[in-house]
Amino acid sequence: MKNLTKLFYILGFFFLTTAYSFSAEKVDYLKTDWSFKGLFGKFDRGSLQRGYQVYTEVCAACHSMKYLSYRNLGEKGGPEFSEAETKAIAASFEVLDGPNADGEMFTRPAKLSDKFVMPYENVKAAQAANGGAYPPDMSVLVKARGGGVDYIYSLLQGYEDAPSGMTLDDGVHYNKYMYGNKIKMSAPLSDGIIEYGDGTEATVEQMSKDVTTFLMWAAEPHLEARHQMGFKAIIYLIILTVLVYFSMKKIWSRVESEV
Amino acid sequence: MSDHDYTPSSKVGKWFNDRLPLLTLANHLTDYPTPKNLNYWWTFGGILTFCLITQIVTGLTLAMHYIAHADMAFESVEHIMRDVNYGWLIRYIHANGASMFFLAVYIHIFRSLFYGSYKSPREIIWIIGIIIYLLMMAAAFMGYVLPWGQMSFWGATVITNLFSAIPLVGEGIVTWLWGGYSVDNPTLTRFFTLHYLIPFLILGLVVLHIWALHVPGNNNPVGIDIKKPSKDTVPFHPYIVIKDGFALLMFMIVFAFFVFYSPNILGHADNYIEANPMVTPAHIVPEWYLLPFYAILRSVPDKLLGVVAMLSAILILAVLPWLDTSKIRSAVFRPLYKQFYWILVADVLILGYMGAMPAEGLYLLIARVATAYYFLHFLVILPVLGFKEKTIPVPLSITESVLGGSPNLATARNNESFDKSK
Repeated sequence: MKNLTKLFYILGFFFLTTAYSFSAEKVDYLKTDWSFKGLFGKFDRGSLQRGYQVYTEVCAACHSMKYLSYRNLGEKGGPEFSEAETKAIAASFEVLDGPNADGEMFTRPAKLSDKFVMPYENVKAAQAANGGAYPPDMSVLVKARGGGVDYIYSLLQGYEDAPSGMTLDDGVHYNKYMYGNKIKMSAPLSDGIIEYGDGTEATVEQMSKDVTTFLMWAAEPHLEARHQMGFKAIIYLIILTVLVYFSMKKIWSRVESEV
Repeated sequence: MSDHDYTPSSKVGKWFNDRLPLLTLANHLTDYPTPKNLNYWWTFGGILTFCLITQIVTGLTLAMHYIAHADMAFESVEHIMRDVNYGWLIRYIHANGASMFFLAVYIHIFRSLFYGSYKSPREIIWIIGIIIYLLMMAAAFMGYVLPWGQMSFWGATVITNLFSAIPLVGEGIVTWLWGGYSVDNPTLTRFFTLHYLIPFLILGLVVLHIWALHVPGNNNPVGIDIKKPSKDTVPFHPYIVIKDGFALLMFMIVFAFFVFYSPNILGHADNYIEANPMVTPAHIVPEWYLLPFYAILRSVPDKLLGVVAMLSAILILAVLPWLDTSKIRSAVFRPLYKQFYWILVADVLILGYMGAMPAEGLYLLIARVATAYYFLHFLVILPVLGFKEKTIPVPLSITESVLGGSPNLATARNNESFDKSK
């Protein structure tokens, strides 16, 4: 038994150092309390709803979220807008449908089953409108960046004047958390840029936290279910392990050998 | 073994067993005499069987929803994660299951190295094991390509390009592997086909591995030949079944922590970016379990020689039974080998770490030293050690060793720190 515990320590250490070495940039990101971390981590519903508002009023101008559907906004474990609210949100977008019986394409208000409407027709159009840089799709963005939520949260607040001696091309901005410190996206958030429906003050810090929470949910829509099931599964396994351990002791007591 | 004496008690059973002796097989498996001093390092064979079955079952389920097409693979994985019922669970089990599989196989291999399980008469078991390990690496590599993320695409590009190092026909082979002039849709579909096929080849080899094991029977921590059945053995069922079961449950707890609480920690963030042939990631790194070999590959300046070194690092294991000249199996009775064994473990861990680091400066230097030592261990130290080493007297039976019946054994027991399983 002692050896097993020792083994798990060694392996745990090995995995952690490996995982750490994978995150190539070792920057100290801004820290905040994420409600969705930990064994019982859950999303803050209010933060998710506000985060959606930031996304749709600010980010969605350039960033698509092509793997999400409007129905997701009303599903359990997400922002959990009511059915009426979700339908209203969907209906506020126009989607291209067709062809109809006459062979014509037509537009109609979006339904719950429609995917999020994309700001640009295609990657080329997105690049053309953004000085050659493609605003990445945000569906799994949090998981696609080494620093995860802390990175996104910091990046949104990391805009500063470039240090003296650093020259920036036109349309390039300085961000102390961006890889190479140069980013084509101008600072997207400023205090009071939007007005929260629930009366929360829309500071840059607050909006960063809300929209990052929303992006985490978008990337991991089943995170709450995963945490809940994980806790039950592990408790079950521990109880079973204890029972099997005592059965094993009993069975092995028949031979003069130790287990 | 008592196989021949077995007759089913029922008439139907006897009728069936005379035509297909499945009941005799079942009887052999339950009664199989196993050394009673096996420690927990011996439970990883059972754990590996569990890993293989888990990968096959989750893999079949994923294959029902996955689309092997360059334009749709990434999206279909997101579909599994979002819309398939418990798809996230199945995919995370499968993805982390690969890591758990390798974790278990490394422990299994290093257990064999410590206790000399590869030595006569178990060479065939060992060689089958090495083939399984090679197939596992192929399956894992191709599996990593299927989500068609950035690391999938560039990992596939780097690894398939290794074949271009072969003189004369190299370029042709790479084109043939790709099914075109770059990694693209034909590459993805053939990788999917092979990824689906290999686990079943492994399953067949596992049957042979166990069959070959059941001829001489298990090695044991003392490393001596034992009479079977005797008071040194216990029947496989219930003794080993319950012990393997207990160890498996401990393993599953660790597995569950990864699946439920940090499912992406062992993967690379870049693989959540859809494959893009126009953008090369800053660092292309393989999964953690291939890192030691990646370090060996990069530590040789010449491409062809690098590939040769990497392959030799694995294939050298196949001839290990003949490189190790010592007649004593267990490291418990080989004080010098025991020290070299732990140096080798450290060496492989260092190689793994260097594989994750950029190949430059001090990292590269350490990787080169570690690579040289790896080969030195197998090609020089092991053959010489067999002749030079002064070993500790080996006990005559397991019971003697466990109970400490003779003065010899007191020494043996004192040196047995590694396999005390209390």
